[in-house]
Amino acid sequence: MNCLLAFSLFAAVLPSTINQSALYPAGPQAATPYYLWNVFAWVFGILWVIVVGFMIVGLCYRGRATRISELAGEKAVATGAAFTAIILLALIVISSAIARDIATDQSQANELKVRVTGHQWWWEFQYQNGPADRFLTTANELHIPIGRPVRMEVRSGDVIHSFWVPSLSPKIDAIPDHFNEIVFQADKVGTYRGQCAEFCGLQHAHMGFLVVAETPADFQKWFNHQLDPSQDNLSAEEQQGRQVFLSSPCVVCHTVRGTSAFGGIAPDLTHLASRTTIAAALLSNTPGNLSGWITDSQRVKPGTQMPPIDIASQDMQPLLSYLDALK
Amino acid sequence: MTTASPQTIADGRERDRLILQQAWAPAAGPLRWFKEVNAQVIGRRYIITALIFFVLGGIEALLIRIQLARPENRFLNPDLYDQIFTLHGSTMMFLFAVPVMQGLGLYFVPLLLGARNVALPRLSAFSYYLYLCGGLFLYIGLLSNTGPDAGWFAYTPLSGPQFSSGIRLDFWTQMIICTNISALAVAVVIIVTALKQKPPGMSLNRMPVFVWAMTIQSFMVLFAMPVVISAATMLFLDRSVGTNIFNSAEGGDPLLWQHLFWFFGHPDVYIVFIPPMGMAAEIISTFCGRPVVGYQAIVLAEISTGFLSFGLWVHHMFATGLPQLGTALFTAASMMIAIPTGMQIFCFIATFWTGRPRLDVPLLWISGFIATFIIGGFTGVMLASVPFDVQLHDTFFVVGHLHYVLIGATVFTVMGALYYWFPKISGRMLNSTLGVWSFWLSFIGFNLTFLPMHLLGLRGMPRRIYTYQPGLGWSNLNLLITVGAFILATGFFLTLLNMIKARANGKEAGMNPWKAKSLEWKTASPPPSYTFLDVPVLPSGGPSEDEEPEGVVRGFDASRRELLMTKVVDASPDYRHIVPGPSIWPFLLGLTSALTFAGIAFDVRWAAIGAVLCIIMLIGWFWPNGKSLTARTTWTTE
Amino acid sequence: MRIIWVALSLVLASGCRQQSPQLRVEPDQRVVSVMAREGEIQAGGSLPEVVVKNPYEGNAHAIAEGERLFLGYNCGVCHGTHGGGGMGLNLLAPALTYGDAPDNLFDTISKGRPKGMPTWGGRIPANQIWEIVTFIRSLRGLEPQTVTPARIEALQYPTAAGR
Repeated sequence: MNCLLAFSLFAAVLPSTINQSALYPAGPQAATPYYLWNVFAWVFGILWVIVVGFMIVGLCYRGRATRISELAGEKAVATGAAFTAIILLALIVISSAIARDIATDQSQANELKVRVTGHQWWWEFQYQNGPADRFLTTANELHIPIGRPVRMEVRSGDVIHSFWVPSLSPKIDAIPDHFNEIVFQADKVGTYRGQCAEFCGLQHAHMGFLVVAETPADFQKWFNHQLDPSQDNLSAEEQQGRQVFLSSPCVVCHTVRGTSAFGGIAPDLTHLASRTTIAAALLSNTPGNLSGWITDSQRVKPGTQMPPIDIASQDMQPLLSYLDALK
Repeated sequence: MTTASPQTIADGRERDRLILQQAWAPAAGPLRWFKEVNAQVIGRRYIITALIFFVLGGIEALLIRIQLARPENRFLNPDLYDQIFTLHGSTMMFLFAVPVMQGLGLYFVPLLLGARNVALPRLSAFSYYLYLCGGLFLYIGLLSNTGPDAGWFAYTPLSGPQFSSGIRLDFWTQMIICTNISALAVAVVIIVTALKQKPPGMSLNRMPVFVWAMTIQSFMVLFAMPVVISAATMLFLDRSVGTNIFNSAEGGDPLLWQHLFWFFGHPDVYIVFIPPMGMAAEIISTFCGRPVVGYQAIVLAEISTGFLSFGLWVHHMFATGLPQLGTALFTAASMMIAIPTGMQIFCFIATFWTGRPRLDVPLLWISGFIATFIIGGFTGVMLASVPFDVQLHDTFFVVGHLHYVLIGATVFTVMGALYYWFPKISGRMLNSTLGVWSFWLSFIGFNLTFLPMHLLGLRGMPRRIYTYQPGLGWSNLNLLITVGAFILATGFFLTLLNMIKARANGKEAGMNPWKAKSLEWKTASPPPSYTFLDVPVLPSGGPSEDEEPEGVVRGFDASRRELLMTKVVDASPDYRHIVPGPSIWPFLLGLTSALTFAGIAFDVRWAAIGAVLCIIMLIGWFWPNGKSLTARTTWTTE
Repeated sequence: MRIIWVALSLVLASGCRQQSPQLRVEPDQRVVSVMAREGEIQAGGSLPEVVVKNPYEGNAHAIAEGERLFLGYNCGVCHGTHGGGGMGLNLLAPALTYGDAPDNLFDTISKGRPKGMPTWGGRIPANQIWEIVTFIRSLRGLEPQTVTPARIEALQYPTAAGR
């Protein structure tokens, strides 16, 4: 029964335009491994058929006199070894050349710089272009403009995580007190899903995030809006909801710019309603899911650092209205 | 000079047989199970215990597959799932793969060399008890919800004191220490046995391939296991006394753990891969009716694999942000190791072409091994390429790869070796129809299970997740994989059934049911406790390793346990080594060491008490008894 | 043989609760206002003693969570990163003013105390306060050793365990 409930909660969570697959690259950094996969799969597929073919044919000659001499057999082995060495040498050269090509040390002029910090079990993104007062901190949903390289500085706030969005980029580990970097670029508009790729504890399975690639104009609009503090012109019910929010445990962990909530250890909620998902791309951002998440987070994501919060039943609806106003 | 045929009855050798039986009699008395030092007994125990752990690890795998069959499944909660996948990896790698190789080595290396026992029988017994206790300790942990839950390679800081609460990981580190000390002990035993107990005439270049494989593997163990023991000790110290070795906030580095672990971890997979190549060589040469083609090539390939494997470990860390030139070196080494490996496979296939293959069940398993292992080798070469690896690292692609090489090379070959050597160990033949069914179900189930995993990895599914979202294109593949896993399990189960049935009422095997040429087939099945009536002398010189003995060694004092020690390179007789008989000290020392390590997991101060107890046991072990260890000998050759 | 089963069951029973994370927060763990005994002396007749149990007593996961919360909620700013004190009270001192029984610690954190200890009840969910309580008790050596993570030697406390 639990299973069915869980399934229905998650079933329609993702629109069909979301991609999380290395087989559908949407940018040059993901295209390289995809191209390599195609080459490898064909080359090795054919080689496998050849070698196993030799084996099967060799096994089928039972009961007859020996077919090849020992010397011929040894020469065949030597030939095979030579072929193997040549093929491997070629692969080493190709692979190293590609690796050198895609090394990310050189920074380019128009890069979008983002610092991503992995936490147990959510992602913090801080855009770091321009002066420090134009740094934007958000969580779990990364917007980027298409056609522009994005340089991620990948850090960890606790254990080792790994930042990975297969359609756009290979992965890089987030190791505490190490500062790794990766550069990727989206060439197609769309929403791509990423997920932590290094086992990081109880909810490693539910540590996802979304990368929304949009046109540069749309991205700039989004970015400027996100920089604004939370809006102040609220209806009565929303104001009541804000009151509930500010007097609950929410504020010791979460930040909503424009209010007195400055807890810095949980996702920034200033523009919560602009996100498609909550709980690190686990649930779609609907009032029902939000209320379930607030009152009983441990049921959907057991072990999460979000504690269950007791909201009085008459306060829940205003609170949800307020959260919905955080567009 | 007659060729000695060791088991002809009524040949006037009864008196000799009786004296040998008495000298080499198994242990007696109420504690006799704990006092055995006979290599065949210890080897058999190792194999049976390892197979039991294999079944347990397999059950864990099935539980994982049930949980992953559907998205957002609620069969296992994440805490239990994490413990189960950790136990699955740890069991298979530490409690099955290495011990089963060592068990087969302890059993068959002396037999392949015509020796009566290994050179250090008490040490091999001690290592068994330490291994058994280490494994029991881990499973008591799992059953009491104290199983480790940070993965079989337990990356820090997740496995450190701050993020892994309680003593779960302490149980794990102590199990690692126990089982790997045990592995070291057996490695020492096998090296000494293989190098010093070859029969006269079997110079180093005529040693059976399996003995070469076990020797090379044992040297690798000597270099790899101490690293993981040290790393586990360092992790334990971090967790119990706050040494901050892996704590970057205080000057340590979590990446150090990865370097240390994988410096052991990569050679470890070759440690469990090289003996199966040796077993495959033995099986292929028997069932093709000729020695394996390219003996020299195979031995040199195994030696170079042994060396090269220590230079590959960084390929497990390509996504950690290491410098590009450094990783390129490891790409080259990781791809290069495919050359000696491939060469051995080509030698095997060439043996099929130059011999007359009889496709009996053992050879069927070996051909399954070749077909599967090649796929695993190819995906390994793919993963050695950094630009490809950084996309597929830590995904199900790697899970597919590692199971293709581990099950393909290790398990299928061990299955083949079991079918091959079961008649020798138990005196009964395994049912070949059941064997064929078992093989095909396993082969088909295996490919149904692990081939789709490569696609899953390419579709973006990371490893070690307890569940996943619907709508990502993973659900149907996961269901297929779970079905395949159950088919695979059925296949393996049929072999287990086969072994149980054959023990009860299988066909009598006789001395040499496969018409093989190696020495272990020249004694009874199962071998008597003194293994061979006479130590054989092989014709010296010449390339062939399969020639019949041309004589026997005379001049032993058969009433005490004497082993013939020969020179390392040319196997000319050196001296007689007298080994001790049944003794309780290996058990006592093994138990005390294991209890020390277990106690340390609860409280560090047990180290002191335990050390003192172990020293007392060692004093008992080495208590002077007036018996000499060697006998002066003069040799005549005819 | 029977002895082995008995010993095994004892081991199994003791291991279960200590080492496993208790992730579901039961209703009684959310209770915020607690009438716990504040001191030995009471004016008037004696009030019925309300027994308040720490739901996470001896639980390893709770202590780890407590440590995370202690750092995350910045308790360390006043009490020192390992509880040794500074601006605030030394949590490792031999005797704590308001007691170190679980209910006393819960009260202190949730109600606040004079001279600077804020009122956290209503701000920090009750089950998290219990986790912090268990962590502080582990700092003072009052939790079993098998659930307490390693500590830097320099801050070993002089309190005797087992109050």
